[in-house]
Amino acid sequence: MLIKDIIELLDATLVYGTDIDTREVHSGCGSDMMSDVLAFVKDQPVLLTGLCNPQVVRTAEMMDIMCLVFVRNKQPGEDMIALARQRNICILTTPHTMFTACGLLYAAGLRGGE
Amino acid sequence: MDDTIKIDYTVSPDDFTRAGEASSDLKNMLKQLNVAPDIVRRIAIAMYEGEINMVIHANGGTITVFISTSQVKMILKDSGPGIPDIEKAMEAGYSTAPDNIRSLGFGAGMGLPNMKKYSDDMHIETELGVGTTVTMTVNL
Repeated sequence: MLIKDIIELLDATLVYGTDIDTREVHSGCGSDMMSDVLAFVKDQPVLLTGLCNPQVVRTAEMMDIMCLVFVRNKQPGEDMIALARQRNICILTTPHTMFTACGLLYAAGLRGGE
Repeated sequence: MDDTIKIDYTVSPDDFTRAGEASSDLKNMLKQLNVAPDIVRRIAIAMYEGEINMVIHANGGTITVFISTSQVKMILKDSGPGIPDIEKAMEAGYSTAPDNIRSLGFGAGMGLPNMKKYSDDMHIETELGVGTTVTMTVNL
């Protein structure tokens, strides 16, 4: 699934990101606990989360997660955006809740990658 | 072992926003050394969990990394309170982290289990009131 497709499916706003027409995610993960995210390596995942602090971007960096989606329109701080820019990680925000956002991506064919 | 690279990092105490800088630096260095991406990821995650633990539980500490052609060894040393029951601390889901850490996305009791999972060898030396040293090795 391309990042531009995620933006469309989730009515999302692109906060930061490049090459959204060509960058592709292969699996999805939804969690507010970064330790749980770190416990399962997935293939080029998108991470949906309601947690909004710099460690979310750090976790994405360590896991090679290329796209972060903040649910319920949580707005990342400038420090988070700067870190994402350095590591070329896309950041999106969506008005949907975690449950709905995950459901929309699942219904469109994205899987957990377990 | 003449080609071994040694790197020293300091993990700042009580600065949760900066936790992960050492792991990030090491990850970039390993990428530049053309280490396979899946191995780089394992090393980065193991060290990142260790770094977070040092900030949460031990008032920071030091990390020394040795990179040779055959392995990466990470020695994480702190002068924190020590681990009273290592067996318990190794159980997935067991945590002594305070609530404010949980609200930051950590403290799920997965730190040490993740570190063990992603390293080929992990050894913990700990003494109550003195500190803890975790040595992790990942084969290249």
